[in-house]
Amino acid sequence: MEVLVTALICFPFLWAILPAVIHNSKRRAFTVYLGCGIVMVLSVFTAIQWYLAGGQTLDFRLPYQEAFGEIFLWGDIFLMCFITYLSYKHNRLIIAFLSIISTVVPTILEKFGPELPAGPTMRFDWLTFIMVLIIGVVGSLIGVYAVGYMHGFHIHHHKEVTDRRSFFLSMIFVFFGAMFGLVTSANLLGLYFFWEITSVTSFLLIGYTRTDEAINNSFKALWMNLLGGCGLAVAISVGIIYFNTANLYTLIAAAVKTPTKMLCLLPIAMLAFAALTKSAQFPFSGWLLGAMVAPTPSSALLHSATMVKAGVYMLIRLSPAMADNYVGNMVALIGGFTFVAASCFAITVSDGKKVLAYSTISNLGLIVACTGCGYEETIWAAVFLVIFHAVSKSMLFQCVGAIETTIGSRDVEDMQGLMSIFPKLAFILMVGIAGMFLAPFGMLISKWAALKAFIDTSSVYVSTLMVMFICFGSATTMFYWTKWMSKILGASKREKSRDLTKKNEYISMFFHAFMMISLILGFPWLSEHVLKPLSNDMFGVVKQVISYENMVIMIVLLCGVFVIPFINYLLTKGQKGKKVITYMGGANAGDNFNFVSATGDPREMDISNFYMEDLMGEKKLFTPAILISSFIIVVYLIIVVGGALQ
Amino acid sequence: MTIQTRVLFAVLYVVLTPFVIGLLDGFDRKISARMQGRRGPSVLQPFFDLKKLFEKEFLTANKMQLFLIRSYLCFIVLSGIIFFAGFDLLLVIFSLSTAAMFLILASTATHSPFASQGTSRELVQIMACEPMELLVAVGFYLATSTFTVSDIVTKSPVANIRFLPGFFVGFVFILTIKFRKSPFDISTSHHAHQEVIKGVTSEMVGKEYAMVTIAEWYENAILLGIVGLFFVSSNILTVIGAVIAILVVWFLEILIDNTSARVKWQLMLKLAWGTTIVAAGMNLFLLEIIRG
Repeated sequence: MEVLVTALICFPFLWAILPAVIHNSKRRAFTVYLGCGIVMVLSVFTAIQWYLAGGQTLDFRLPYQEAFGEIFLWGDIFLMCFITYLSYKHNRLIIAFLSIISTVVPTILEKFGPELPAGPTMRFDWLTFIMVLIIGVVGSLIGVYAVGYMHGFHIHHHKEVTDRRSFFLSMIFVFFGAMFGLVTSANLLGLYFFWEITSVTSFLLIGYTRTDEAINNSFKALWMNLLGGCGLAVAISVGIIYFNTANLYTLIAAAVKTPTKMLCLLPIAMLAFAALTKSAQFPFSGWLLGAMVAPTPSSALLHSATMVKAGVYMLIRLSPAMADNYVGNMVALIGGFTFVAASCFAITVSDGKKVLAYSTISNLGLIVACTGCGYEETIWAAVFLVIFHAVSKSMLFQCVGAIETTIGSRDVEDMQGLMSIFPKLAFILMVGIAGMFLAPFGMLISKWAALKAFIDTSSVYVSTLMVMFICFGSATTMFYWTKWMSKILGASKREKSRDLTKKNEYISMFFHAFMMISLILGFPWLSEHVLKPLSNDMFGVVKQVISYENMVIMIVLLCGVFVIPFINYLLTKGQKGKKVITYMGGANAGDNFNFVSATGDPREMDISNFYMEDLMGEKKLFTPAILISSFIIVVYLIIVVGGALQ
Repeated sequence: MTIQTRVLFAVLYVVLTPFVIGLLDGFDRKISARMQGRRGPSVLQPFFDLKKLFEKEFLTANKMQLFLIRSYLCFIVLSGIIFFAGFDLLLVIFSLSTAAMFLILASTATHSPFASQGTSRELVQIMACEPMELLVAVGFYLATSTFTVSDIVTKSPVANIRFLPGFFVGFVFILTIKFRKSPFDISTSHHAHQEVIKGVTSEMVGKEYAMVTIAEWYENAILLGIVGLFFVSSNILTVIGAVIAILVVWFLEILIDNTSARVKWQLMLKLAWGTTIVAAGMNLFLLEIIRG
């Protein structure tokens, strides 16, 4: 097991060198496919190996732990110098300052501080198992997709952008390695190293095109994530100074044991703060929105399997220590607020990628809210959401990317009638959207469990607010997804044209759709054999979250969503009816798309959805949202820090 | 609740609803007519209308509509079965909003200006109502510690309206939207002579429109059932009280319909959410405090 995990972490890092040095397009594509294949097989093999061995929590040290420790140390310093250099080059020295502080303090403590006892540095348990599978499978599929997409991106669409594909593809592998390291580390120093790598890599990926906008947005991502890194650094320092440990699980155990002692909560609060920045919750949502400027595969990577999942992974880890205390309340409120606010913004934008970005933030908000609650039910729901979200969001991003390539626009309004022109793309989009919000998929069971748990939360204010957040958030979520869906199914004005989507892009997307459907069908199994042991590990109790009866109803609903329309479709297929044109007050110009205008000439009719910009637009509400969420964070952090210093 | 009673209730729901709600609809028209100083049609008129609609020639702008509308009907009936057979209230509401999506998809499939306009407004209506519907389920959970309809009925010693007056007010408010009554009949209405023509249902002809009507009757039965749920307890006699309450609410909706002018959707959204936050929110907060 030790060897496998080590291989899992090291292999992508080493393999990243290959695409970087091979410049022949075909050969490089081959190495990337091979690399992605190996990563996928390796992760699945590791996971299965562990599952078959009985699924016991494993604490272990890496082989050559000391050497790795040195690598982490020098790696941190290297990253710090790299960031300092870049921020000097682009005149943003304040960012270097963040990096220096967050690196120097833990490094000095590690080198010259008290000697830490040598304990296990890695852990492999149920949550790691799920994360490894998500990163390995979804991540490598994005890698496969990236090859085809980036080819089209440079050769056909963006000839003006310097071709740095080698760099791009190798960064993807670096990301995999960092994520594997992050989810297996128990030692915060190691975790911090991987955490910083993901920050820097995402910064590099966002800035890929090197336009002014890309550079600005990449620096925005960098400073927000480095701020989170500072939180991590504080947690490490507090751990070393007061608890004489840098082990994540020791700190969590301390906080679970004495939840009233603020000093124990301090590292948890700081880690949670870091996780909030990483998972792009308000007020730190800006960086994920800015990440849209990057080519689609990197958005898919950041939004689904990696980056943002690092944040929620951390929060799920911390959740036993957050049940009914200040940290938990902070996290829950921020999550709930983000759930509502981001879904409101998603209503008001029409850029497909932006809708997806806001929906990611909003969905993560729900997950974060679940973790902040810290009950078995909510963790169960949160893990489910993580799985469903990873698959469906990756699929949606890839699909929107492919649509953009094919029809030349990613605006939702331009996807009118996609079903009749590009049925394959439309089908994938529909499955993805359904997976995101429709009953009885992930969202529904999660909302069910979350509502129940929030009603039972002990703090009255938090409980009331959270229930309201979830009720309103689910209404707004429904709005933006349904209007997108109805756009796809509508009638089309566009002529059929050639589908420019590459074969490997389709392979990746259909594999996602297949995974999505098998996840839905395998949901009772997943709940029984993966989530139950997980909850048992974390809380020491096995609880049937959803009753048998409700499980049956959900399966009936599930069949309903697929079977009822299908049967009705078959039954009405042979139905004879007279084809008529739609009603336009008698002003039809012969078909459904044109009408006779005041001058007597036929004019094309445009139909558009509601966007409600004057009611809840970004211009109006974005700044207030940032202020409110900052206020919540500041107040709770003051309470925790103040309490700890007392 | 035994499995036999569940099945019995479900069957009763499926069989009786069209007659009961259809009849209520007939009386609705009669009473409305009297309020406006007209004689009004026979109370059986809704059934004659349905018969006529089913006999009409099948005209369609897009054949996809038919299967979507049938799915809409099936899903509404499914939600009703979950409710009346006494299962989870929250799932009923989730299932209802899934059903509504089929109506939306059916309506936009045609590329008709009036249907699209109506659909967008229908979406706003759903968005305006959904928080309150979910909160009703939350309210019942707070009062009885369960989402299960059969347990809510059998395990409440007194009618839950005592604990949930705010939720009740909020729910009655959104019922006006749900029943498509003025001032909130903005996505479609019973009269075709207005600026959106028939809104969502503009392009639904003959049997398609008949099916939408039946689906709405089934949905109304669920909504009135939830009104009744506020008033029943484990005492069987409270059912009479519940029926009276349902009739009162039903009459109130007719009264509101006939005494108010339509508003714009912006105002509707603000009013609905405002009422939800104030009435249900306050009630929720107080209940949480009482529960500790």
